[in-house]
Amino acid sequence: MRRLAVFAAVALLAAGCAPPGAEFAENQPEGKPVSAISTDPAKAGKVTLNVWDQEVRGGQNEQFSQLLAEFQKRYPNVTINRTSKSTDDVRTTLKLALSGNNPPDVAEVNQGYPDMVAFVKAGMLTPLDNYAQVYGWKKRYPKTLLDLNSSDRKRFGTGTLYGLSQMGEYVGVFYNKKKLAAAGLEPPKTWQEFTGELEKLKARGELPIQFGNLDREAAIHVFGVLANQFAGREALRSLILGKGRGSWTDPKIVQAARVLQDWTRRGYLTPNGNGLGYDDSAKQFAAGKGVFMITGTWETEVLGAPMGNNLGLIPPPPLQPGAGPATIGGENFALAISSKSRHPDVSAALIDFLTDEHAAKVLTETGNLPAVPGNNAERLPADSPRRAMLDGWDRINAGGGPAPYPDYTTPDFYDTITAALQELVDGRLSPEQFTAKLQADADHFRQGR
Amino acid sequence: MTDIAGRYRKRAPGEPRAVGYLYILPALAVFTLFVLIPLGRAVWISLYDWDGLSVGTWAGFRNYTTLFTDPELRAPFANALILLLFFAALPIVLGLLLASVSSRVRLRGLTFFRTVLFLPQVLALVVVAIVWRWIYAPDGLLNAALRAVGLGDLARGWLGDFHLALPSVGLIGTWVETGLCMVLFLAGCQRIPRELYEAARLDGAGAVREFFTVTLPSLRPEIAVAATLTIVAGLRTFDLVYVTTAGGPGDATSVPAYEVYHRAFETGQVGSAAAIGVALTVLVFAITLVVTRLIEGREK
Repeated sequence: MRRLAVFAAVALLAAGCAPPGAEFAENQPEGKPVSAISTDPAKAGKVTLNVWDQEVRGGQNEQFSQLLAEFQKRYPNVTINRTSKSTDDVRTTLKLALSGNNPPDVAEVNQGYPDMVAFVKAGMLTPLDNYAQVYGWKKRYPKTLLDLNSSDRKRFGTGTLYGLSQMGEYVGVFYNKKKLAAAGLEPPKTWQEFTGELEKLKARGELPIQFGNLDREAAIHVFGVLANQFAGREALRSLILGKGRGSWTDPKIVQAARVLQDWTRRGYLTPNGNGLGYDDSAKQFAAGKGVFMITGTWETEVLGAPMGNNLGLIPPPPLQPGAGPATIGGENFALAISSKSRHPDVSAALIDFLTDEHAAKVLTETGNLPAVPGNNAERLPADSPRRAMLDGWDRINAGGGPAPYPDYTTPDFYDTITAALQELVDGRLSPEQFTAKLQADADHFRQGR
Repeated sequence: MTDIAGRYRKRAPGEPRAVGYLYILPALAVFTLFVLIPLGRAVWISLYDWDGLSVGTWAGFRNYTTLFTDPELRAPFANALILLLFFAALPIVLGLLLASVSSRVRLRGLTFFRTVLFLPQVLALVVVAIVWRWIYAPDGLLNAALRAVGLGDLARGWLGDFHLALPSVGLIGTWVETGLCMVLFLAGCQRIPRELYEAARLDGAGAVREFFTVTLPSLRPEIAVAATLTIVAGLRTFDLVYVTTAGGPGDATSVPAYEVYHRAFETGQVGSAAAIGVALTVLVFAITLVVTRLIEGREK
């Protein structure tokens, strides 16, 4: 026992006695004044940039490597060291990398409290407002997308710009064209039409909506669309970004939850959906099981590969005919600059290059959804899913943009809402109890701040 | 110098005792660097509220007291204790059964069965988890088998069921650990003198009596080893849960090791994660200590 005490003492002594984090605490970076910014990397001399990204899949990797190669060709004095990691790996290692002595110059940072806001609070990212002014980024992007990459060091969705995203994404209604036509139905134009079709499909013995919620993310997308339909885009946006006095217990949110539960009871969603994996459900949909699937545009390529032009995609149809589509979405990880980067100007020039009009063209050609597509949609075949994806994005942005993902609400919200949604779908929580759980999390976060 | 040498000579022959520390120094250095220092650091961090980036604020023992007061933190520990039934108790019972049967009955192809039963130990747990996800899927092998024998009413999404998800994950653990236990016990059985069985049989003992009077007591040391290994495996389960359910549905299958990962890397609650990790370490230490003392006994 005495030896154990000695070990414990040694261990504690070895740990040192400063509070954790003190060794890399630093001041908030100010960012260069506009007049000092150089937009020509050719004049920067020999520069090596370390870039961390999570563009590891097919078309994403293709566009990213192509654009990086083009940039280095244009500026032979710039060498780029690229580090690609899967989303999970970026999220688990970027924190350590940014707080170390040799951080990446440019890194793709996830939006939200545990990632971007935490980095901003710790002074690890360069504010980009001045670069935005020099490069005209605020004209390039819709405000809703810039807001998602902004933070005032406490909240997010407002304040200083800290990153730019290459790609947009939204939750849409994917459908199997042949199956829908076989049932004598058209792609729905209004929400009422959509729900009517679900009933008809059920009556024909079809599975109306493919739904696999074992990995916990599928239900957020369906619920987010429903919440937007019933509560409205602005109300939902304020609720998620913590503005105004809205509450998750609002009767309209309760109604959205009730509809989701109702869909399960009526058998519109895959039975036992809580036990079916997300990728497995996508595979089943591609194999013809299920007429609709409500999920994000990141699945367009996954589903399009086996289904080809039989895959249809529309933004969720609006409650009122002619109104803008109501859905949730946003943009991919934001390209941000470490505050310790020795080449912020070259880094900013690279970010500009990765998000400009030419980049949008490359993104379109490689099957991605550019955050700002321009007129690239016309380059794609008329009835392809890729074309449908770009057209839908245009319509969504013309109609006021998507509402953000609900899990941005608080640092723990993803856990809270995914766990509660599994219980809601299972019938263990009533819609009222479900929304009360969400509000309790939001209240807890507000008090702690 | 001569004085010291004299003192040692009086105590025991051979080299001076203090030299022993020199021999363990290399191992101790590695152990300190990779176990003790990180452990000390974890304890230290657990006393702070820290997001992993900015300067932490002193929290004292609050991260520990919430382990008892916060139901979201109590649940993972309760789940881990339930998993011990599946990871430790069940495999030991099954292992004993398999070992005693296969040591009594001369079975053709015994080596083959032994290899098959031990195979799960060799597979990476991530592979095991992915395979079982398919088996448990709503259209998976298990439900297909149930439907084939007319038990279709029992078919369900096993990993998505609030009551059955934890036992379902647990049974994967049973499948993995049973082979290990069996092999340990088979080895132990070969050590038991034949005379003991003969004596028991002369006294008229049947197979059951023989098992309880001869096999079981003789296997005590092996059982203690098996219990330690399986308990540790059960309490630190991470990969199985991470891959099969990510703690769901709700938090029905959340376990401490998963919470550590989740809080440290995903939600930026590093202090709380460290506290869970330290508590888990203490729990593993305490349980294995008690169990091995109880099983092994102190008579040796």
